Amino acid sequence: MMRLRDIPVTAWVGIFGILLAIFCALFAPWVAPYGETQVVGDVWQEADARFFFGLDNLGRDILSRLIFGARTTLFVAFAATFISFSLGIVLSFIAAVTGGLVDTVFSRFNDLMMSIPTLIFALVVLAVLPQHILILIVVMAVLDSTRVYRLGRAVALDVAVMEFVEAARLRGEGTTWIIFREILPNTLSPLLAEFGLRFAFAILFLSTLSFLGLGIQPPTADWGGMVKDNKDGIIFGIAAALVPGTAIAALCICVNLVVDWLLKRTSSLKGGRGDA
Amino acid sequence: MPEPSKSLLSVRDLRIQATSYPPGEAPKRITIVDGVSFDLEKGKVLGLIGESGAGKSTIGLAALAYGRGGAEITGGEVNLNGTNILALGKGGIAKLRGARVCYVAQSAAAAFNPAHKLGDQVIEASVKHGLMTKDEALKRALYLFRVLGLPDPETFGKRFPHQVSGGQLQRAMTAMALCPSPELIVFDEPTTALDVTTQIDVLAAIKHAIEETHTAALYITHDLAVVAQISDDIMVLRHGKTVEYGSVQQIIEAPQQDYTRALVNVRQATRKEAPDQSRPLLVVDDVSAQYSNGFKVLHNVSLHLCKGQTLAVVGESGSGKSTLARVITGLLPPSEGKVTFEGETLTPALKNRSRDELRRIQLIYQMADTAMNPRQTVRDIIGRPLTFYDGLRGAAKTARVKELLEQIEMGTGFVDRYPAELSGGQKQRVAIARALAARPELILCDEPTSALDPLVAEGILKLLMKLQEEQQLSYIFITHDIAIVRAIADSVAVMHRGRLVRFGPKSQALSPPFDDYTDLLLKSVPEMKLGWLEQVLTTRRMESAGN
Repeated sequence: MMRLRDIPVTAWVGIFGILLAIFCALFAPWVAPYGETQVVGDVWQEADARFFFGLDNLGRDILSRLIFGARTTLFVAFAATFISFSLGIVLSFIAAVTGGLVDTVFSRFNDLMMSIPTLIFALVVLAVLPQHILILIVVMAVLDSTRVYRLGRAVALDVAVMEFVEAARLRGEGTTWIIFREILPNTLSPLLAEFGLRFAFAILFLSTLSFLGLGIQPPTADWGGMVKDNKDGIIFGIAAALVPGTAIAALCICVNLVVDWLLKRTSSLKGGRGDA
Repeated sequence: MPEPSKSLLSVRDLRIQATSYPPGEAPKRITIVDGVSFDLEKGKVLGLIGESGAGKSTIGLAALAYGRGGAEITGGEVNLNGTNILALGKGGIAKLRGARVCYVAQSAAAAFNPAHKLGDQVIEASVKHGLMTKDEALKRALYLFRVLGLPDPETFGKRFPHQVSGGQLQRAMTAMALCPSPELIVFDEPTTALDVTTQIDVLAAIKHAIEETHTAALYITHDLAVVAQISDDIMVLRHGKTVEYGSVQQIIEAPQQDYTRALVNVRQATRKEAPDQSRPLLVVDDVSAQYSNGFKVLHNVSLHLCKGQTLAVVGESGSGKSTLARVITGLLPPSEGKVTFEGETLTPALKNRSRDELRRIQLIYQMADTAMNPRQTVRDIIGRPLTFYDGLRGAAKTARVKELLEQIEMGTGFVDRYPAELSGGQKQRVAIARALAARPELILCDEPTSALDPLVAEGILKLLMKLQEEQQLSYIFITHDIAIVRAIADSVAVMHRGRLVRFGPKSQALSPPFDDYTDLLLKSVPEMKLGWLEQVLTTRRMESAGN
């Protein structure tokens, strides 16, 4: 159905970037020239032939930490975004399709969650709960799903009043069919666009939490944490913090390039709902 | 046909092109209008007629030197009083539009700015172009309101668009176009969105105003019966080319081309009324319905329908005819009364109905576009009821889908198409197949042909009648078109403001003595003969004089 040569160059760039990051994450111990926590030279040593990006604030190889950091960063960000989307979409679509009391309860609870600043909420919850990467992911996902819920409910309400949904109801279809077969395919465009954005936010949120000491715990490497570790170097003209920063930016761009292509595919797909 | 030199508007070899961007393909250059020529004299009306996509609106707008939505005028001349307006610069065109050439759009409700009073909008162009002072313009507007037969012409201009009815709004728009005393007015389907009883008033007003002001007009419509009442000449268009061009009399009474003949003779199909209408399949017994806010939309409606027969429900928009369908399907449970189907009372609310109850009553919508999920293929759309009700899967399902496609006279090659890849008529056929897939006994048809071109609609009607004979289907056919009722119904129900005003076998319901509303409705349907409008208006005048 889909042919490889129909994929535009930009999407190839994005796919290549994401595959590279995944490759690094999977095979980190074999790819990385040095260990994750191994001190191999002076603090903030300049880049040379041995150390491609130079060394960090403790004298560890930045390239190696970047490769190991891809593991945590990719895993946590993807998992959190994926869970937040699943949760947000399912709940918002149920609210939009059912309406009435269910809609009111879900939506007001969502408003309640959103009225508490996300970061403070996360800090309180993470400080109370045991420090574990799965808990971190779930907390990030739940907090982020409030945004997805709002968008999902808005787009689903538009589609839920269409006649083909009414026709499905008249046929006697259940809520599950209506949500996943009738509404979801027609709301993919805005949701995909949101996914690209939310993924970038998840990486940034993770680094914020790491910065405050509640995210990934040292000495495990993650890209956000690496920015934090090396930020003081910027004052002295040392570019060490910019390397993981660039990696975050590059990954976000790659994800969005792929999302843009998927977006074009879904919205132009024979009789899509226009270029949403 | 007038001499080119004498004519006010002379279009020569007009060619309009646009670029289309089909998904997944390279952009294509398409020709919308190809080699169209005509002449229009002062005080005359030329009717442009054709199905959707024939290029009639595009030609109308070309008379204002305007190409809508990326359409480009790439060849030919449009001469207004001897000047080629296509050669004019931006300033010249601005002076032309709204002063010498005016435009009346199809939907007046969408064309008026809701935030300004009607009077201000009517005179705006005339004052802005410096054709008259505000006082003069107001005087002219008052005169036009009178000519167009608007109520309280003195105060009419002080109202806002939402305070007047659709028919009045359409006349106000005509007044707006006539206000600067233009040489030419382009009417783009001015009565299509109106009910028949309103349409006749607007038609009469437009005709009177044109005679009174000696303006020339292009009248665009898809309804040959309407254009026959108002035009002097008619041009029949198809796929952007002229099919036939001649006087009204010649086109209506002696059409030369097959296509024109088909248009003139449309809706010749008739069904003989079933003699026995005593054993009902569906009985609507004293049903009332209201919205959740307490607004009552149906008042004590009782009617019935026999197996294998067609009940036509007629009425204007807002008469409650679609609500009746919603009550029968269970979307809106009745507040009083009950609906029985084959002697058993139907469960009022949709969500409590059994799968078998749901299967036996199917609904076909007016807009097939929105009634089908754009992301499902024809196979999924028709196949779902098969899986859902009968548990068909795999090869058995595909075979049945293909069988259904044959039944609706579409090839099996359409199985993997998406709705957007089908034409309007094909979409409606697929919707019919989806209903058939459930093996229904009753199909509710909610204006299934009113969004379609006349010849396509004719095809759908014939298909429905064929299926009825083969499968003993019963239809409730909701429509506002009396011609369709005459063609296909066994019994007729006339609805007005949520009440049933007339019900019975077709032969009785559509023959005198009539109640007032049915009489008005029947007399308002345009007939395809010359002078029909004058006749009706004369009868009306005599009746009101008699009273």
